Amino acid sequence: MSEQVESLIRKDYAAGFHSAIESDTLPPGLNEDVIRHISAQKEEPQWMLDWRLKAFEAWQQMSEPTWAHVHYPQIDFQSISYYSSPKSMKNRPKSLDEVDPELLETYKKLGIPLHEQEALAGVAVDAVFDSVSVVTTFRKKLSEAGVIFCPISEAIREYPELVQKYLGSVVPQKDNYYAALNSAVFSDGSFVYIPKGVRCPMELSTYFRINELNTGQFERTLIVADEGSHVSYLEGCTAPMRDENQLHAAVVELVALDNAQIKYSTVQNWYPGDKEGKGGIYNFVTKRGIAHTNARISWTQVETGSAVTWKYPSCILKGDNSVGEFYSVALTNNFQQADTGTKMIHLGKNTSSTIIAKGISAGRSNSSYRGLVRINPAAEGARNFTQCDSLLIGDRCGAHTFPYIENRNASAVIEHEATTSKVSDDQMFLCQQRGLDAEKAVSMIVNGFCREVFKELPMEFAVEAGKLLEVSLEGSVG
Amino acid sequence: MLQIKELVAEIDGKQILNGLNLTIGDGEVHAIMGPNGAGKSTLGNVLTGRDGYEVKSGEVLFNGKNLFDLEIEERAREGMFLAFQYPVEIPGVSNMEFLKASLDARRKHQGLEELSSFDFMKLARETSAKVSLDAAFLKRGVNEGFSGGEKKRNEILQMMLLEPQLCILDETDSGLDIDALQVVANGVNAMRDGKRSFIVVTHYQRLLDYIVPDHVHVLAGGKIVKSGDKELAKELEAKGYGWLEGEVA
Repeated sequence: MSEQVESLIRKDYAAGFHSAIESDTLPPGLNEDVIRHISAQKEEPQWMLDWRLKAFEAWQQMSEPTWAHVHYPQIDFQSISYYSSPKSMKNRPKSLDEVDPELLETYKKLGIPLHEQEALAGVAVDAVFDSVSVVTTFRKKLSEAGVIFCPISEAIREYPELVQKYLGSVVPQKDNYYAALNSAVFSDGSFVYIPKGVRCPMELSTYFRINELNTGQFERTLIVADEGSHVSYLEGCTAPMRDENQLHAAVVELVALDNAQIKYSTVQNWYPGDKEGKGGIYNFVTKRGIAHTNARISWTQVETGSAVTWKYPSCILKGDNSVGEFYSVALTNNFQQADTGTKMIHLGKNTSSTIIAKGISAGRSNSSYRGLVRINPAAEGARNFTQCDSLLIGDRCGAHTFPYIENRNASAVIEHEATTSKVSDDQMFLCQQRGLDAEKAVSMIVNGFCREVFKELPMEFAVEAGKLLEVSLEGSVG
Repeated sequence: MLQIKELVAEIDGKQILNGLNLTIGDGEVHAIMGPNGAGKSTLGNVLTGRDGYEVKSGEVLFNGKNLFDLEIEERAREGMFLAFQYPVEIPGVSNMEFLKASLDARRKHQGLEELSSFDFMKLARETSAKVSLDAAFLKRGVNEGFSGGEKKRNEILQMMLLEPQLCILDETDSGLDIDALQVVANGVNAMRDGKRSFIVVTHYQRLLDYIVPDHVHVLAGGKIVKSGDKELAKELEAKGYGWLEGEVA
């Protein structure tokens, strides 16, 4: 009986397969054939396909984690389509006139130029003219410095030895359920390599890959900073992205070799669902970096989007004197849920880590900080400082803190500070008595609360992040 | 400027103002004195629209407009200013940013252009010097880590910048040393221009040596029980409020 069913499914699938090639979108479902198809579409070498299949095998043995403080209906992984060609423009709006006016209103408030609005809203324009010229000059400057910055699918073909060496070296295929899924089916993402001793001449931003949007829900990013190099990478955009995929499971790996520095900044603003909590993106991300001797890895994130966020950008401080930093603002409103934090794993001597996490909850949302500081026996002289602050707006939301500290070395110094506060009536009254309306007052108070994190963001990003909080908090008062 | 007629207001179901009448003309300084719990602070809070205070009856006209039709921030933009007895801190929000946003809101309402950052900084520095606050305070979080006296001077700084029409000072003198008291008084006196009006709520006659009022009122049992000129304040200082008790009933 089960054999019969299986063959039926296979049949349907085979039938669907043809039409899938025509429309460049696979029918829902996940099996080895799907992975082979993805790999073939991207003209990947055999080793890459084998790597994916190994991940898929592992994933099938794993089960979805349930420890996070988030609640959502069971995800049916067989109901998702795992490949959609970025070239498909059929279902996209033809112009901004066809885009949801509420989205356009938000773009306006964030002050996003028109051509960017088109790209973000997924309007089917052949090329974004302004940015094409930008991209060209940008690429030239980077190649002069010897920096590689390209889609990871391209890197797999062009720089196989680099990719093969580092892919999965920080987040192995079997690391966790979502990382295994990503390893099996990742669609695209970015690859960065900074050669020895090079200071990357500019901030690398996914913005410059705006014409290569729609990298899909399983993004894979690999950044390798060779000895003594520096790079600052900006991921995301403050504008809400139009996206029909409900599940996102990205993996980001950072490798900072001896004396290298990587600064990775994220603004995540995926669709959070409507005011009643319907819809919205589930964001299950694995981000981790490894820091070798004297290296520094710094994560800065501003999370305002997604219905469910599950994300713990982490640092493995492998080399002596290496430094890990995590600066985070997570804002939830309406029915959003966020379980986010970091892991700092101290392996080398005199390693140090800093964690500044700011959680803001409004509406009926729930925000959790979950962090792990682990000092291994060999990590002589390790230091950690953690500060977790939660801010509540209204009385129907929640803030939670789950700090884990595992210390196996008596010489370690570990500090943990945590506060929970409310936007007080007195603060609101002071602002309003000076002529500010309630929304402006809340956004100002919240921005003040986040200041320590915002000052870590590149300047332009910091200004945008402030505006973004203002937009995200709309309707949270009054 | 302001007409208060038969104002009745309560907080948490407890009636605090009990048919209060008061008229304040342009350019006048009115001192409100009275025993603890008489409703002195309530008056300022009701006028500025603080949450939790419920107006049960009565009427207040502010420059001819029905005050209770206006939101908190609208009253502020119309030129009503409350200097707080206990100014709160807003961590991380720089004083400069806060002052600029407040002034922008007020100027916009008046149909004026926002000041450029340069002009604003110049004005803010000059004004902070007038209240003897170091310019460094402009960069710090609003009232964050300020001493009691610094907080009060910061209130006067805000008042001077916003140039309100009606200033309500809620026991601004409490907890101030003589020097700080003088700074506050000088600020108020410098702003007296024959048009701007003041309501000075205080426990002590001392402040009124520096800010000389046109009228002095005694608030007790939720209404004005006695009014007079500055001599009344001296009389109160000498005799206390006990002798007025008959008039409360």
